[in-house]
Amino acid sequence: MLTRFFFGLREAGVPVTLTELLTLLEGLKRQVVSLSAEEFYYFSRACLVKDERYYDRFDRVFAEIFTGAEQLFARLVAEVPEHWLQALGSRVLTEEEKRRVESLGGWEKLMQTLRERLREQTERHEGGNKWIGTGGTSPFGAQGYNPAGVRIGPHEAGNRRAVKVWDAREYRNFDDRVELGTRNLKLALRRLRRFAREGAPDQLDLEGTISATARNAGWLDLKLVPERRNAVKVLLFLDVGGSMDAHVRVCEELFSAARSEFRYLEHFYFHNFPYERLWKDNNRRHAQTLATERVLRTYGKDYRAVFVGDATMSPWEITLTGGSVEHWNAEPGALWMQRIVAAFPRLVWLNPEPPERWDYTPSVQITRELIGDRMFPLTLEGLDSAIRELRRPLARSMPPNPAVSATQPTDPQT
Amino acid sequence: MTSARFEGTDTYVATPDLMMAVNAAITLARPLLIKGEPGTGKTQLAQEIARALGRPLHEWHIKSTTKAQQGLYEYDAVSRLRDSQLGDPRVHDIANYIVKGKLWEAFESDIQPVLLIDEIDKADIEFPNDLLRELDRMEFYVYETRQLVRARHRPIIVITSNNEKELPDAFLRRCFFHYIRFPDEQTMARIVEVHYPNLRKDLLAEALRTFFQLREAPGLRKKPSTSELIDWIKLLLAEQIPAEALRSNDPRKVLPPLYGALLKNEQDVHLFEQIAFLHRRSG
Repeated sequence: MLTRFFFGLREAGVPVTLTELLTLLEGLKRQVVSLSAEEFYYFSRACLVKDERYYDRFDRVFAEIFTGAEQLFARLVAEVPEHWLQALGSRVLTEEEKRRVESLGGWEKLMQTLRERLREQTERHEGGNKWIGTGGTSPFGAQGYNPAGVRIGPHEAGNRRAVKVWDAREYRNFDDRVELGTRNLKLALRRLRRFAREGAPDQLDLEGTISATARNAGWLDLKLVPERRNAVKVLLFLDVGGSMDAHVRVCEELFSAARSEFRYLEHFYFHNFPYERLWKDNNRRHAQTLATERVLRTYGKDYRAVFVGDATMSPWEITLTGGSVEHWNAEPGALWMQRIVAAFPRLVWLNPEPPERWDYTPSVQITRELIGDRMFPLTLEGLDSAIRELRRPLARSMPPNPAVSATQPTDPQT
Repeated sequence: MTSARFEGTDTYVATPDLMMAVNAAITLARPLLIKGEPGTGKTQLAQEIARALGRPLHEWHIKSTTKAQQGLYEYDAVSRLRDSQLGDPRVHDIANYIVKGKLWEAFESDIQPVLLIDEIDKADIEFPNDLLRELDRMEFYVYETRQLVRARHRPIIVITSNNEKELPDAFLRRCFFHYIRFPDEQTMARIVEVHYPNLRKDLLAEALRTFFQLREAPGLRKKPSTSELIDWIKLLLAEQIPAEALRSNDPRKVLPPLYGALLKNEQDVHLFEQIAFLHRRSG
């Protein structure tokens, strides 16, 4: 029973180890708990779960095992293509299409095959006639030609200006070795750490002491220096959705590399261009947003802002009131960008698109003008330049535009 | 081992799951890691355990500059160097310059002590890893004096964390874990009663209502917690604010009286005013 419970927890993704199981057994042997299920529940939870994030999963497994039902894991583990299926549900099939679906063995069969393919496939795929990807003739994918096809991914046609991307999560789920690919990015990001000495002088400065003592004719003169500490604070703004679908992976890599490198790192998501609201959790982007104005107020000038996005959109998404593809924005994105530039003088924009293409996309040009031409490609070399830019002392960076900082954002609630 | 059991005290209300975690940690001599919202009584727990069981308490408060070694001992090389220059005879015995840390103090205690390692997440990421062996074996080696320090009684170790950093797995594996949930209204009423036994029923009900309403407000940067509620009620009592004042529907008074005890920054105050303003307009 306990062994099944243990493996149940592992299957459900609660990281339990043998050590913890042994502790649990030891506790039972020494009668920490009496014969009450409630006590056993509390005790096993304290023993096996080490983070409140897993409490919920633990509860579900506990209920599953100890009420005897068997079927939970199908629900817990196979988180496969939930929103892909949602996308399918919303799709209206014509009579003819339905007949074509029948020819492949029917809807059920199709979904079954889809699940299998999803499991086999580990990376993005384009073309071809079997794998899920774009532009192919496989029944699975987007922008394909198989009439019995199941469209996965961009809702809109494939012109790189799509509004929603279902791709965003799938590849990350399959690929947990992002870390390996990020090693080179990590190297570059490491340069972002500027070892500033701050705080109380509490370390012996050996060289300083030797030289001061020597100068003192051998009479000891201790020199202390503050400890080296990483003082870099970074705000990361990530473009999700829309035209970024091809770049989600690169972004995700940069993101996972960045996470471990800084003492203060906050990330925010935006769609295409920052407007009056940003969000922190992409799954709950419609439920939990926060005002850009608050971000500007909260973080000081000592934060460095890093934007990641391809800045590829129609120009009026930047310049016009109400230009956003997702909502009615009361003020143009350009104004918000100016405010951000004023609030965070040290700012760069990393663009995953190759620089050769920048000149052909008007929105990229506009963005570059807005941020004082501090756009860099998302390559090792580009990162190097971006980091050099970020490390510049404040005074030599762009002076804030007084006209912009004077305009207060209009509060929609007043 | 001892059969000591912790069941809360007259000033501390412990929920059954918390009691279970504490007692399991005591019986199996494992450190107990406590997390939870600020102000839910994490630090106080260790103090109450020590008081309830009649054990000495050693508190080790962690700061961002704290090193694991400081909990064991420190070798004050600098003053030894100075003494050698001044010709002090103490200099010949290195033991004179070994300064005991909190862990050492706890190890030396005559009866089983309670050791609180407060806010472990404040320290460097390596800090918990550096303590693994010490917490496991309850011993460490002083290299300067070639002395092995071993705990006379395994201390009851309570570790608190505010979730500012992830703790290493190897460390977590050795601990029991408990997350102090924010108390529900019933528990909260009990907690307040423990602190103010003679509080009038209507004032308590109104204060709790206002308090939970305030916590519900979306987007508060710092939600008021138990300790803030206790402070606020203390103020209400001191100022002799009647229960009716809390119930007031006067549109000019959107903020509860003495809100300073509950809302701790001006953005929250501002936000709350805005919400109340909208409410009034729609209602």
